[in-house]
Amino acid sequence: MAKDRVVSEQHRRQRGKNLALFAVLLGLVVLFYLVTLVKFGGG
Amino acid sequence: MSDTAIEMRGRAEGGVVKDASSAGDYIALLKPRVMSLVVFTGFAGLMLAPGELHPVLAAVAVLCIAVGAGACGAINMWYERDIDAVMKRTMSRPIPSGRVDPGAALGFGVTLGVGSVVVMGLAVNLVAAALLALAIGFYIFVYTIWLKPRTPLNIVIGGAAGAFPPVIGWAAVTGDVGALAMLLFAIIFLWTPPHFWALALYRWRDYASVGVPMLPVVAGVRQTKKQILLYTCGLAPLTLAPWVLGISGALYGGAATLLGAGFILCAVRVWFDRTNRSARRMFAYSILYLFLLFTVMVMDGFLRLGAGAAGAGT
Repeated sequence: MAKDRVVSEQHRRQRGKNLALFAVLLGLVVLFYLVTLVKFGGG
Repeated sequence: MSDTAIEMRGRAEGGVVKDASSAGDYIALLKPRVMSLVVFTGFAGLMLAPGELHPVLAAVAVLCIAVGAGACGAINMWYERDIDAVMKRTMSRPIPSGRVDPGAALGFGVTLGVGSVVVMGLAVNLVAAALLALAIGFYIFVYTIWLKPRTPLNIVIGGAAGAFPPVIGWAAVTGDVGALAMLLFAIIFLWTPPHFWALALYRWRDYASVGVPMLPVVAGVRQTKKQILLYTCGLAPLTLAPWVLGISGALYGGAATLLGAGFILCAVRVWFDRTNRSARRMFAYSILYLFLLFTVMVMDGFLRLGAGAAGAGT
């Protein structure tokens, strides 16, 4: 039981880290897209 | 990592899953509270610089300064993990508490540091990127590794690392380093010692227990209070320089005078106070002081810009 709780807690933390990484990568994609528009679009 | 992968790794480690880190631990590695002041002073440098920068690129510049500062925090926590484990104030940090693996923290910091410099160079300009790299390198190699464990002057010289952000912000706009940028550098450079020594006055036992030669540990409390007073008395007139030189207006001059008088008053109280209460107050005031000083400087710049535009329009 205790081991299950540890693994479940571990899954919850890992999911949090995965979501955070996803948000960072998505943010970088948007950021690089905007920078490209500004630098090469004459904005 | 997939759930299956976690289970497999858990089994590989004898059925006990050892990775206890969360996203919040990695955010804590960035020292968000320190980062906020760095971001603010960098933003101030960006706003005060003459010329224009596209808002997207300005946001990228501020982001790079923030990430670069965070990288310094993570690498600093990696390097100081042994002494962090001993000091009460730092023993619950992600590495000494065992939640984050030291190697992961170092990799995280280096990736962020290199990434912030590369993005600054590609998106903004090379001068700002070079200054950001210099600031990160100075903080890690000169302050954290070389000076901090060796000399009570660690904060005096190492303070230069924290003084870079407004210069980086300025360089992001202009591509060079102007007179006001150097003044902003000098203001933070002189502000840092009394700010940190106020903290060290009520935390010196922590530093002594791990052999970090902070001024109160090496030279005593009385000498530290004297140095705080001297630096504060030197800082107050320096903050008036932008007004005296005509770079900033009367609004800034008045605010800098009042804020500087308040800072000196704090230092005088610390000098006479035998308890730690005044030192704690001075530490809190020092953060507010820098924040307000730069806020008023930016506001003053906007007002002068507005007045100049109105004058040109008539």
